[in-house]
Order: sequence, then C-alpha cells, then structure tokens
Amino acid sequence: MEEKRKEVGLEILEKSPTGIKGLDDITGGGLPQARPTLLCGSAGSGKTLMALEFLVRGAVLFNEPGVYMAFEETEQELIRNVASLGFDLKKLIAEKKLTIDYVHIERSEIEETGEHDLEGLFIRINQAIDQVGAKRVVLDTLEALFSGFSNTGILRAELRRLFRWLKNKGVTAIITGERGESALTRHGLEEYVSDCVILLEHVERNHIYTRRLRIVKYRGSKHETNDFPFLIDDDGISILPITSLTLDHGVSNERISSGVAALDEMLGGAGFYRGSSILISGTAGTGKTSLCGHMAEAACRRGEKVLYLSFEESSKQIMRNLGSIGLHLEQWQKKGLLQFHAERVSIYGLEAHLTSMHKLIDAFKPAVVILDPINAYLSNDDELEAKTMIVRLIDYIKSNYITGFFTNLTAGASVEETTDMKISSLMDCWLLLRDIEENGERNRGLYVLKSRGIANSNQIREFLITAQGVELKEVYLGSTGILTGSSREVQELLDQEEEMRLEEKIKQLELVLERKQKAIQTQIELSEMQMKSDEIEIKDKIDALKRQHKRIDLKRQVAQTSRTKKGA
Amino acid sequence: MDGKTRNSSEDEFWILKLYVAGQSPKSVTAFRNLKKICEEHLEGKYQIKIIDLLKNPQLGKGDQILAIPTLIRQLPEPVKKIIGDLSNTERVLVGLDLQPAKKGSF
Repeated sequence: MEEKRKEVGLEILEKSPTGIKGLDDITGGGLPQARPTLLCGSAGSGKTLMALEFLVRGAVLFNEPGVYMAFEETEQELIRNVASLGFDLKKLIAEKKLTIDYVHIERSEIEETGEHDLEGLFIRINQAIDQVGAKRVVLDTLEALFSGFSNTGILRAELRRLFRWLKNKGVTAIITGERGESALTRHGLEEYVSDCVILLEHVERNHIYTRRLRIVKYRGSKHETNDFPFLIDDDGISILPITSLTLDHGVSNERISSGVAALDEMLGGAGFYRGSSILISGTAGTGKTSLCGHMAEAACRRGEKVLYLSFEESSKQIMRNLGSIGLHLEQWQKKGLLQFHAERVSIYGLEAHLTSMHKLIDAFKPAVVILDPINAYLSNDDELEAKTMIVRLIDYIKSNYITGFFTNLTAGASVEETTDMKISSLMDCWLLLRDIEENGERNRGLYVLKSRGIANSNQIREFLITAQGVELKEVYLGSTGILTGSSREVQELLDQEEEMRLEEKIKQLELVLERKQKAIQTQIELSEMQMKSDEIEIKDKIDALKRQHKRIDLKRQVAQTSRTKKGA
Repeated sequence: MDGKTRNSSEDEFWILKLYVAGQSPKSVTAFRNLKKICEEHLEGKYQIKIIDLLKNPQLGKGDQILAIPTLIRQLPEPVKKIIGDLSNTERVLVGLDLQPAKKGSF
C-alpha cells in the first residue's frame, strides 16, 4: 500500500487520523501524513496531552506505533500525568507500541568549542523510531534546544535539516512549540513547518476558562477555520464539534407519537418523524415540561431509551410535577429506560457542559433526547457563542438519528418568532405554546408553527393540563377571534341555547304546516261530500223528469191506440 | 569524592569519551584537536574512547548526546560535557578545567 501511495503521486494529500474526538472532523481526516505538524500554544494549553493522545490513539486504534521525544518531562512524569486520562503508557511501552525518550538538555553543562551539528539527536530519534517501527513521532518541545545551544545559526540549520529528515523518514510528526509574544512560537518554529499549524489557547471569559483550538494553516487541504472549544477530561481530549457540520444526516420515514393523541392528530395524524428535531417554545408556565413528560412517557412505553437533560429543575422535582398530571416516570427510570440528568449550565464552561452531554449521549445511546430548556445556555455566555454551541449539539443529536425534543422559554408575549429565529431554522418541527389572555383569564394555546414533511393542522388548539395529562381542545373561531377557557365554555352554552331555539322553531312550523294540511284536507273532504250530495240530488231530479217524460209518452200512446180503434 | 580536586593532582587519570558519527570531517577534526590538547596537557595520564553513534546508537542515550561531536570528561569527576570540533582550544581547556583562568568569558 505504501508503494501504491507513492506511485499515485504527490497531489493527493494523505492524512493520518489522530483518533482524537473531533479533530479529524475539523481537519478533514487528520494530520498530513508523513509530514510534520506544528502544535503551538501557551503553557498549560494542552499541547503535551494532545500530542500524547495522538500517539496513544495511533497505537491503539490505527496500529501505528509512536515515538515520544520528551525534552521537558521525564518518562515517569509523563506516564503519571496521563494516567488520569486513562492512557496506560506503560502497557503500550511494554507492547512495543510506544517509546518515550527523555532528552535532557542543560545549558550550564555544555561548552561549545567549534563546529558541530545535531547528528546525535537525529541518531537518537532514528533509533527510537526503529525500535518500535514508529509511524508517528512527537517532539515536545524542540524549543528546549534553544536553551541548550547558544549557536542559533547552527541550530536553525539543523532544525531545517531535521524536518526534512522526518519527512524522508515517512513519519507523521507533531512538533510542539510555546506561544511567542508576537509570533506563533517563541523561536519561530512555524517557519520550518509549512504543512500544518494548529494553535491551542486557553482563554478566559466571564471567569470561565475555555480551551480553544484553531487550525492556522493546513496546506493542500480544506479545513475549518473557526476557533473550536475543546476539553480535557478523564477520557482525553474532545473537540467540538464531535461531529462534522454537514447536512448529510440520514432521514427516517418512521413516525413516533408525541404521547398526546390530539397533538399527533394535528401532525398529520401520526406524530413526529423519528430523528427529527422538535422545538417547543413558549412563555413561562405554558406547559412545555408537561409535553416533555408526555414525549418521554410515550417513548418509554414503546421501549425506547430517553435521556432527559434538565437545566432548571432537579429530576425529583420534574417527576413529582409530572406525577401530578398523571405521568409516572419513576417506573421507566427504574427499568433503565429513562435517564435524568439535571445540572445548571453555569457550573461549567459551556463547552465543558456540552462535551459532557455528548458523552452522556454516547454512553446511554438514547432514542429520544429531551433538553429542557435549551435557552439555559443563552443566559450564560455571550449569545452568539451559545447559539453556535446549540447548533452543534442539535447537529450531533440529529446525526445520530436521535429524536431531539427541545424546549425554549421565550421572554415576552408575542416575540417568540423573532427570538427563536436562529435556532428555529435547524428545527424540523416547531410547536408554539402561547398565552391567550381574555376575560381576566390566562389560557394556553398550542399550534404547529412548522413541521417539515408533515401535513400539519393550521389550527390553534386550546391546551389544557389536567390530572390525566395534557389535553387539546378544539377552539372556537368566532368573529372576535379564537375563544378559550370560560369564554369558550360560555360560547358553547350560548350555542347550545341557540340550537334549542332553532329546534323549537322548526317544530312549531312543522306543526303549523301539519295543521294547515289537515285543514285543507278537511275542506277537500267536505267539498267532496257536497259534490256527492249534489250529484245525488241532481240525479234524482233527472230521474223524476225522466219518469215524467215517460208518463207523457205513455199517455200519448194510449190516446193514439184508442183513436185508431174508433176510426176503424 | 572530596579527595579529587579538579585541577592539579598529578596522579589523576583522565578518561575522555569522544562521541562521533562516522568519519565526518567535524569528527576527524575533533579527534585531532583532542589528541593535540591531551598530548600537551595530560601526557601519559589520559585515555580517549571514541564512540561512533552510527555503529552504536544506543550508547548516546546515557550521556544525553545531541550534538556531534561531543566530548565527555568522564574522569576525573565531575563529568564535563563539551561540544564542537574542539578547534577553540581556550574553550576546550576551560571546559575540561585544565586552565582555571578566563572564567568570566562566555
């Protein structure tokens, strides 16, 4: 493979993954392979730890043995210092995956008497590399040489030769350097390392110290240019973002219930998409936490794990309060499906907090993460920073197919939509809880402000918190706007009366109609009777006349007969 | 230890180690210069060991050898370390404590 790489050519910049959380993401894959990287920073900024972690991860994760040339700390000191980070250097040394060589330089012992070079150092590094077949080398810090050798002309020439030699040797190297007053390093090491320069800083803001990392230069590679906060804890170094800030999250078509049937109904009848980010904003006391409770309950009932991160209330308090509306979350906590984590954001720096959150998520692997409320960050540090942190957290949750449920406490009555602008664009679904004040009452209304990919209801529902949980009521849309609370009830009564009145009227009219029909019917019957009797009467008359007529005829016949008899 | 005063004792024996890397010009020059100084100041009571780090790289570690050439005065104690091709004789003598003078110079 090595040969192939050389054949393919110089254009492709091969990278050596560091294995340090986040660093490979922002460097686009790691440090330039077979080249030196300068890692500079002030005292205590974490240079040594980062360099050492580079070797440890290389040995453990990528099977690349490493050499650590220590100019300032002895092997024992180093082993002790990083044991707290869970790095077992002794084991790695025993397994021949790592070698630490302490190079002692003491100015006062050395007399310079003419031409010399640093071949001794080269031989020493070379020997260390060969000893374990190292692919990675750390020189921490070469600047110690400047205190040991007064002839800087020779020293600089030798440094230049050293970097060239390291490249030829094919090792990926980290050279550390102390931050200088006006330059990146005190002795201008940056002029020898042209491929990659990383700067570490330790900055104080509002009495909270945060560590930051910036890639000053990375020749031949695109990289992130921002300052990235990072953290050193019992697990090594973590740089945020732990995930890359890309938009290639996978998507799911699976829908999950919000735990409130009526709300699912509003969301196309099926609830949220799995893995989507849901924001619930509202003013104080509008029922955000209650919705969180429903979400958690529903997820646990499905057998999914829920991580509930609370920043304002303790877990006991939340469970007690949710218990009062019929949501009993203790059972899920006991079953290990629900994990509460309550802490105030302000205790740590923002980065420390978020990093610990990443770790919680990594360890627990929840299907749903609830952050209540998300703006606990905003009150803490400067807003822009906080927002970028939230972006990264949401991004992280999303990229892990976790459904994120975030609440946002908004300040005023009607400014929700502007204050949430920055984070709302990241959200797939945004529910708004708002107060509706009228007739001396404060009622809650809920509506779906947006919901990507879901045919959602455009209606405002009245949001009731009952002893059985959250209920959503259809609201009245009257000429005066929406009606909630008692006015809705009044309106309902009024409507009932109106209905009854109408029904009454209909009944009355029907009766009238019936009566009229009856009257006419009788008249018809009467007329018919009249007609019948008239008919009979006339018929009688006709008969009488007919009889009379007959009689006359008969008389005439009789007379005729008698006349003929007389005449004959 | 305390019996060994650095400068004068006639019966002191000197062991000098010269670290080199192959037969480089600097190494050869250093050896020549060292030989000359020893002949002049320590005749008959010195021993020079040449250590070639190209052949025995592991030997450089103990004496913390970075620069080449490096001369170590192993005996008499204390150990002294001198780097360079030893062409600046005055400095070599200071470094070896063969000449107590010129201490103020740098």
